[in-house]
Amino acid sequence: MTTEVGTETDVKKEPEKVQEVQQQTDQPDKTSDGAAPANAEEHQQGSQSAEAPTEQEESPEPRSPTPAGEQKKEKGISRFLPPWLKRQKSQSQEKESESAAANVKDEEQEEKGIKETSEDQPAEVKEVTGEKSKPEEVQVEEKDREEQKSVGSADTQPVREETEGEPDEKHKQQVNAQETPSKLTKKMKMVVCHVTLLDGSQFTCDVEKRAKGQYLFFEVCKHLNLMEKDYFSLSFKDSADQRCWLDPTKEIKRQIRNSQWQFAFSVKFYPPDPSQLTEDITRYLLCLQLRQDIASGRLPCSFVTHALLGSYALQAELGDYDTEEHRVDYIADFQFAPNQTKELEEKVVELHKSHRGMTPAQADIQFLENAKKLSMYGVDLHHAKDSDGVDIMLGVCANGLLIYKDRLRINRFAWPKILKISYKRSNFYIKIRPGETEQFESSVGFKLPNHRAAKRVWKVCVEHHTFFRLTSPEQPTKTKFLTLGSKFRYSGRTQAQTRQASTLIDRPAPYFERTSSKRISRSLDGAPVVNVAGGDSMGVGENGPTLELNSDTKDLDKTQEDVLKHQASISELKRSFMEATPEPRPSQWEKRLTGSPATTLRLQVSGSLEEELTSLFLSKACFSGLTRSCSTTAAPVEGSKLSALPEDPQKTSPHPENDSRDGSKSSEVIPDVNGQMEVVEVLEETVVIEEVVKAKPKSPAPEVTTEIGTAPEVKEEQSLSSDSESEDEAEYHAQTPSASFCVQQIKEEPEEEEAELNQQAPPSDAEPIRETESSAIEEESSSAQPDEGISTEEVSMTPDEASNGHVLDTEDPPATEGEEPHIVNGNVSRVETERLPQVICCSEPPVVKTEMVTISDTFAAQKTEISTKEVPIVHTETKTITYEAAQLDGNGDGEPGVLMTAQTITSESLCTTTTTHITKTLKGGLSETRIEKRIVITGDSDIDHDQALAQAIKEAKEQHPDMSVTRVVVHKETELAEDED
Amino acid sequence: MANIHPYGCFTHAIVRGIPESFGKLAEGGEGAQADLAKAQRQMGVLTGTLRQKVGLQLIEIPADAQLPESWRIEDVAVIQGDTALITRPFKQQRRSEAEAVRRVMSELNLTVVEMGDEEGGSAGATLEGSDVLFTGKEFFVGISKHTNHRGAEVLADTFKDFAVSTVPVCGGSRLKNICSMGGPDTIIISQSEGAKKTLRMMEQLTDHHYDILSVAEDVAANCVYVRSPAKVDFLLHPTAEECPDSIPVFQRLTDYTLLPTACSEAFKQGGALSSLCLLINKKLGC
Repeated sequence: MTTEVGTETDVKKEPEKVQEVQQQTDQPDKTSDGAAPANAEEHQQGSQSAEAPTEQEESPEPRSPTPAGEQKKEKGISRFLPPWLKRQKSQSQEKESESAAANVKDEEQEEKGIKETSEDQPAEVKEVTGEKSKPEEVQVEEKDREEQKSVGSADTQPVREETEGEPDEKHKQQVNAQETPSKLTKKMKMVVCHVTLLDGSQFTCDVEKRAKGQYLFFEVCKHLNLMEKDYFSLSFKDSADQRCWLDPTKEIKRQIRNSQWQFAFSVKFYPPDPSQLTEDITRYLLCLQLRQDIASGRLPCSFVTHALLGSYALQAELGDYDTEEHRVDYIADFQFAPNQTKELEEKVVELHKSHRGMTPAQADIQFLENAKKLSMYGVDLHHAKDSDGVDIMLGVCANGLLIYKDRLRINRFAWPKILKISYKRSNFYIKIRPGETEQFESSVGFKLPNHRAAKRVWKVCVEHHTFFRLTSPEQPTKTKFLTLGSKFRYSGRTQAQTRQASTLIDRPAPYFERTSSKRISRSLDGAPVVNVAGGDSMGVGENGPTLELNSDTKDLDKTQEDVLKHQASISELKRSFMEATPEPRPSQWEKRLTGSPATTLRLQVSGSLEEELTSLFLSKACFSGLTRSCSTTAAPVEGSKLSALPEDPQKTSPHPENDSRDGSKSSEVIPDVNGQMEVVEVLEETVVIEEVVKAKPKSPAPEVTTEIGTAPEVKEEQSLSSDSESEDEAEYHAQTPSASFCVQQIKEEPEEEEAELNQQAPPSDAEPIRETESSAIEEESSSAQPDEGISTEEVSMTPDEASNGHVLDTEDPPATEGEEPHIVNGNVSRVETERLPQVICCSEPPVVKTEMVTISDTFAAQKTEISTKEVPIVHTETKTITYEAAQLDGNGDGEPGVLMTAQTITSESLCTTTTTHITKTLKGGLSETRIEKRIVITGDSDIDHDQALAQAIKEAKEQHPDMSVTRVVVHKETELAEDED
Repeated sequence: MANIHPYGCFTHAIVRGIPESFGKLAEGGEGAQADLAKAQRQMGVLTGTLRQKVGLQLIEIPADAQLPESWRIEDVAVIQGDTALITRPFKQQRRSEAEAVRRVMSELNLTVVEMGDEEGGSAGATLEGSDVLFTGKEFFVGISKHTNHRGAEVLADTFKDFAVSTVPVCGGSRLKNICSMGGPDTIIISQSEGAKKTLRMMEQLTDHHYDILSVAEDVAANCVYVRSPAKVDFLLHPTAEECPDSIPVFQRLTDYTLLPTACSEAFKQGGALSSLCLLINKKLGC
């Protein structure tokens, strides 16, 4: 890469300018040079440097700081730093991360993939979006930006994005190296991955066991010398032998579960106009994919077309027809069609002869020009049934969704026509924009064979829509607070972006061998064929087309009709939600540091392999009586999310009426209590909220344990008996009438849950909580896990595991942002800074209520496993679970309420507790006080965290007997192994 | 595809003479009142136009009095590229019309594809060419009294390169009674409510953009467009007497050579201009 030198200098400059950078830079030599402020730091860095050589085999170059690295490191270091120092860091953090991001970008230009560095992404996206049509502008802007932000890199090359080559792993490795000292002691577990390439050859690659998908993907791309890689992806077969795409942002291991580490490299997004690809090698790979598709029959074509395409393939691989060399059977090795006849072969040969003089690259272009016109080109088919139970196929393609019955196209929904995509259980829905003559939106539902299939098609739709229709990927969870359902979004580059990037590819056309001929082809097109900026046939709008890609939690058990009816209201609700999200912000918060002894937990801090961050929200909210009014026959159907959340048996007894009186008190911190603790789980990797929801029948506080532990039916009963306070619930009930298929589901799914429960249920008192959690988890894991790689958020936010903190973020209590960082580990602080807006949301009842964010912890199962079996290896695993009570005010009117007071009290000890008091006035003159406690439990794996957690919760409750616990967020970070990236 | 070209490039036309039994129904009985001589005259004008004005090679299959509806030759085959699918008309009695056509196809070296065994996988499949609108990019198959879903499936299996979409035929007995191609990217369609409905469906189903030429009279919705080897756009359309209100619409096609061609007799029998001929492109590359 051209700029290697430049990169180094940049890196070196940084330390001088920004002190903190030192700590974060991995570079061994720097470390030694630079003055190490703290012993701890020295220690850590020393260890890293020691470690570095081994890990870095492939990346001799100096490492540069990456945001990820910083975060990680800080987290690790922060533990050892005195608070004041930490604070300093946290304050500068934002700045830092920015600059770091900028730097990283610079390096990335030469280095590669941007994706992993979550922070980069937003910035990049912006660039691309804004200027997509004018590359020059982009450059200018980038420069500006860099000058502003980046500390040392004045001379960045605008081009960097495109040049993603190999270096990705370097990054990853760097990150890995940075992770923690503890790694030193453990060996990385490596796994051999086998990747079947498009030419049929196998690529073998050692990856760290916890590596994410993109690591492997980038390795493969590097091996292939492929730069326009966004059209491609890795896939694997799940246990049902279904092809699943490997999510680059998720750990491989968790996606493939028990399957083999066997992958296939293939085209995921078929470019509608392959001539616009920049490099021949990209086209070549696309040709290989299409040849496969054709030979397998996946891409049907006529005899003539088989012959023609076959002849181009021959020309590309064998060159001109040679009478001497090419006897009749010279094509025996090729397969041109699913059923290859002699007649076809003869026709192929005949056509081959006519291509004399055509270079391989030209032949590929011709091949693609013909193949792209095939009606099934790039159409990803999924079996389904329509609402009448008729077998159909759903075809997802660049333009939208196609519906086939047998071979016939019976309907088609172009992306612009689709307002929303969702799936629920095994149903897949699209909401259609009303036509000129219609007044109302309509929804169309399809039944997939199973839940996974529904999810798969939903994901594919989300990805295709984003890739082909949007200019830049949606920034999902970050900006929108609580979205229903899966957070999954396509996080890679869109076609527009990748084209933009491709224009900047500046390398001599790479040499590559075409399989059978082994002829070295020098691509013809050193010069990019296409002007990227130019619109293509697809007309990518200005991000304009927005589409809701939701897996709706809410409509779980409704019939399609119901769904239709309610969808509008729901989306409305959602909208108001998002809009309502107040800008809470710092000015309003008062922070105070005080010790609050009560909450402290005594834990041994040893090597701190595991950290738990617990936030308890004690909130006494005064609501208007209206909430009560909603009678809840909590839907028997587990599906209704609301029902799941709120009720505990206990609840039933305590009457809601308390609230009214509290109104007066509320201004004061501690009003009164409904003893209940309502639990909603927020697990990471929320894919399908809906799924999770049903699983999550509320498990109340520990007290409820027994009931919770029991079968799902119990849960149902609970929900029935308990009155829901929220209006939302009422709404949901209304929605859940359709019992028939719900029932089925209930039967099926619970089983899975139970099974998993057993495994996971931890021994201690904490059990209740765990169980709830686990139930939800199971659900998720059972159904969703295969795909888990989904949440975009992770990607964008944090490259490494620490990133999981994002979950936290979402849920995080608003108050503490400034302070928390110090107290908590670096990662937390980071999270906070980024997430602020979201945090605020949490305090808002309406928000929480309507849209329960449930994130299922896909990892739960593995986690337990890890702790027992793999203890020696240090992995970092982050898990966040949120238990949440139904919020009182469920109107979903999105009215934020007025913040009256907020204070934060922090105490530090082995177990760190941060207490934040927030008093708000809600609509209607009621006020609500929330106390948020953030407890950090640090200790090694010997600690019984569940117990500690239970203890903490208990103490918290004791402390504020008159308040109810509405939410418990457990953010668990375990260091399991080195970096995942 | 080698065989994907803009619509309208044809080199050959196949027609079949008007039998003396013109006006009778294949299954027996009388159809609408017919003027045999006039019908034959009109057919003569059509063939003359195709041959001399448009410049196509014309192959005329002799009339067969045993086959009163055989003049509707469009129904018995669907031709795209060098593949000809011999259809299975709804009326049992019409199925023998294909024999002569099959022979001609073979002579022209077209790949002849049959609908398959009547008892086999395509049992019950019916398909008539006048329910098939090929736009050059895709097929629309009108599901009508004459053509069913299975028939459309067979068509889809035959022409795998193309998307085959089914649309309900509203406002006419056959798809081509309400629409036809008026250019490579132009669809001529009747303004009737039924036709509009069908059009909406077509628009919904297609990945491509078509210009729509909306005409007042149903009869005007069926035209024959040919882009001659000399690159001239010809449009055969009903005469001013037959569709007075639509003539101005056609006249807006200034680049075209308009060829008013009477077809009132065919129209009376439920046919149209396009019913009278099969168009073939034997020259690659257009």
